[in-house]
Amino acid sequence: MAQLLKDHQVVEDQWLMVDEQVETLPCGDILLSVCQWQQFVDQLDQHNGKIGVWLEGNAEIEEIIESLLDLPLIAIKFPKFVDGRGFSLARLLRERYQYTGELRAIGEFIRDQLYLLKRCGFNAFQFSDNIDLSEAAKSLDDFSETYQVSTDQIIPLFRRR
Amino acid sequence: MGSLYYSIPLFNQRSTQLSQMYRYDSYDHKIISERVEQFRDQTQRYLAGEIPDEEFLPLRLQNGLYVQRLAPMLRIAVPYGLLSSQQVRKLAHIARVYDKGYVHFTTRQNIQLNWPMLEQVPDILAELASVEMHAIQTSGNCIRNTTTDQFAGVAVDEVEDPRPWCELIRQWSTIHPEFAFLPRKFKIAVCGSEQDRAAFLLHDIGLQLVKNHAGELGFEVFVGGGLGRTPVIGSSIRKFLPKQHLLSYLDAILRVYNRYGNRDNKYKARIKILVKAWTPEVFAQRVEAEWEHLKDGPATLTDTEISRVKSFFIAPDYQLVDNSELDKQLKTLAAENKAFCRWLERNVQPQKQPGYTSLTLSLKPAGVAPGDVTDVQLETIADLADRFSFGELRITHNQNIALTDVLKSDLYQLWQQAKVAGLATPTIGTINDMICCPGGDYCSLANAKSIPVAEAIQRKFSDLDYVYDLGDLELNISGCMNACGHHHIGHIGILGVDKKGQEWYQIQLGGSANKNASLGKVLGPSLSRDAVTDGIEKLLDVYIENRLDQESFLSTYQRIGIEKFKERVYGSTS
Repeated sequence: MAQLLKDHQVVEDQWLMVDEQVETLPCGDILLSVCQWQQFVDQLDQHNGKIGVWLEGNAEIEEIIESLLDLPLIAIKFPKFVDGRGFSLARLLRERYQYTGELRAIGEFIRDQLYLLKRCGFNAFQFSDNIDLSEAAKSLDDFSETYQVSTDQIIPLFRRR
Repeated sequence: MGSLYYSIPLFNQRSTQLSQMYRYDSYDHKIISERVEQFRDQTQRYLAGEIPDEEFLPLRLQNGLYVQRLAPMLRIAVPYGLLSSQQVRKLAHIARVYDKGYVHFTTRQNIQLNWPMLEQVPDILAELASVEMHAIQTSGNCIRNTTTDQFAGVAVDEVEDPRPWCELIRQWSTIHPEFAFLPRKFKIAVCGSEQDRAAFLLHDIGLQLVKNHAGELGFEVFVGGGLGRTPVIGSSIRKFLPKQHLLSYLDAILRVYNRYGNRDNKYKARIKILVKAWTPEVFAQRVEAEWEHLKDGPATLTDTEISRVKSFFIAPDYQLVDNSELDKQLKTLAAENKAFCRWLERNVQPQKQPGYTSLTLSLKPAGVAPGDVTDVQLETIADLADRFSFGELRITHNQNIALTDVLKSDLYQLWQQAKVAGLATPTIGTINDMICCPGGDYCSLANAKSIPVAEAIQRKFSDLDYVYDLGDLELNISGCMNACGHHHIGHIGILGVDKKGQEWYQIQLGGSANKNASLGKVLGPSLSRDAVTDGIEKLLDVYIENRLDQESFLSTYQRIGIEKFKERVYGSTS
C-alpha cells in the first residue's frame, strides 16, 4: 500500500483512486473524479466504503459545494507544480466553505511547496513519485512565523505583533 | 535551523540619526533569516543532485537568482528603492567579496550582482539579512518588489507619503502562501503625488493614493498595465478604496488572477491579457464579487498597524534656516561656477521643507554601463548620505540615486565630493540620462546589445550646451522585447531586434510614463547599430527646427506627428 504524509505523519494510504474507465466501482474507500462522482451517483448510497472526490485546480465548485462538504476526503490535483491554482482552491474550500475533512494534494506538487500548501489548508500530501516522506516532512516547517492571513493562521501578524 | 540566526543590526555609528526607514523587529528578522536557511538547504540539496533543474528553477528565481549568459545573476530587493548608508556599505562589501567589485541598479529600484557563485549565494543572502535586506521574490512568477516615487516623503506635489503603504504591501506579499505560483510575474507600484515618478500605470497593479470628498485617504486602483511584448496602460477598476481595505482588495485581485489567468502560453499570461479579454469592467466585477467575501475580514488593516508603520517614516530633524538667504548664497555660487550651475539646474530639485532640496547622483557618465556602480563609489555614496542626507538614499527607476533632505548650504560641498567620485554628471532628465537594460552583453534573453548603443549616443551628444538646449528628453533602450529598458515609454525608445543573427534597432517615438501615459509608435524599419546615432541626430534636428518656444521634444512630437521625423530618417520616398 502506498504511503503519504498526513497531519505531519507518514501513513498508509487507505484510499483507492478509481481509474477513469471503470464500469463498476471497486470496493473500499475510493477517490473519484467529479465526473465519476456524478456518473455513479445512484450507487454511492450502497457503496461499502467511504467516498472521496478529486478536483482539478481550475474546478468551479460553487454548484457542487453542498455535496462536497459532506465528503471525508477532497483531493486537489496539481497538473504541474508551477500551476498554483490549487492553492486558491484549497483556501476557498477551507476558509469560505469551512470544509473540515481531509484535504489532500495529489499530482505534481513538490516537497519545497509543502509549507505553502499546508498554509493554504492542505493536511495530506500524496506525492506522485517515491520520495523519502519523513525527510520531506521537514519542509512543512520551513518557517515558524508568517505575515499573512491564511488557513492555518487566520490572524495576520500585524494583529499579533 | 542552521548555524546562522538573525543578528541584531548595529546602528550606523557615523550617522547621528537613524534613517527614516522601516526597521525590522524580531518577527521580520525571523522570517527573513528562516528564508535564508530554507534556500541554503535547497541549494545544498540541488548541488547534491536531490532537486532536479526544473524544480530548482522557480526556487532559485524566487530568491533572486537567474542563470545568465556568463554567470548567475542575483537580484537583490530594495523595497520601494529606499536604502540606508549601512545597507549601501554592506552592498559594497558584497560586491567586493562575492563579485567583481560593482553592482547594477535596475529600473525597478533593485540591485543586481552579475557574477556571484551559486554556492555562495546563501552566504550573500545571510549578509543581506544582517542589514535587513533580502532577495525574496525579485524574480519568478510571484509578487515582485513594490516600487514607488524616489522623492516619496519630500515631493512638493505629494498627496500622501507612499512608503508606509509600500512597506505594508511588502510584508503582505512576502512569502504569500497562495500567490507564489502565479501564471506570470506580478508587479505593484504606488504613486502618492500629482506627478507620476513611478510609472505606476505600467504595472500589473498601480495604486494611486487619493483623498475622497470627506478627506479620507484611500486608493484609486488600476490593473493590467505593463510593458513587455504587449505594452498596455492600466485601467482603473475602483475609484476609491478606503485605506484599511488595501490588503483584502489585493488578495481579491490576486485570487481572481491566480485562478483565471492564462497558464498555457507565457506570452499571454500577464494579468493585462486577462483584463483585456474580460474587459476592465468585467474584471472589476469579478474582483468586487471576490472581495465581498474578504472585506472586513482579519486582513483589514488596523489604525494601530497603519500608525506603527507610518512611525518609521517620520520627518528627520530639519533645521530652521533662512531659506531666502540660502537661495541667495546658492545664486552667488552658481554665478561664479558654470559647472555647479549646470548641476543645480539639472540634478537638484525643490522639496517641500524650506531650506532643503532633493538631488540626483547620476550613474550615467559616458563610458559606463548605465546604472553600474563600483564598490568604492557605493562607499562614497554612503558617506555622502551620512554627511548630507540623514544616512538615507533612494534608487530611482531611471537607474540613478536620489538624496533627499539636503540643506541648500551643503549643496556646493556635496557637489564637489560627488564630482570627484564621478557621480555628478549634470545630465538628469536629458538625452544622456537614458534608461538602458544590461542587454546582450550580459542577459541571456537579449536579442541585441544595448550598452554600446547607449555609450555611442552619449559620446555623440557630449556637448552639454547642445544637450541642455534639447531639454527634457527621455531616451530608453531595451535589448529585447521584454522591455526591461522601458523603450515603450521613452520619448525616444530603442528596441534591439535580431534579424538573421544580426543586431538591429527599432526606433519608437512619443512614449511617456507620466499620468497621461502613452506608448511609443514605431518610426519605421529598424536600423543597423552604426546607423542608430545618426538616426537619433536626425530626429533631434526635426525637433529643433519645429519646436515652438520652450516646447519639449515630446510636446513637439505630439503636435507635429511622426511623419516629419520619418521622412528625415528614411528619406521622403519611403
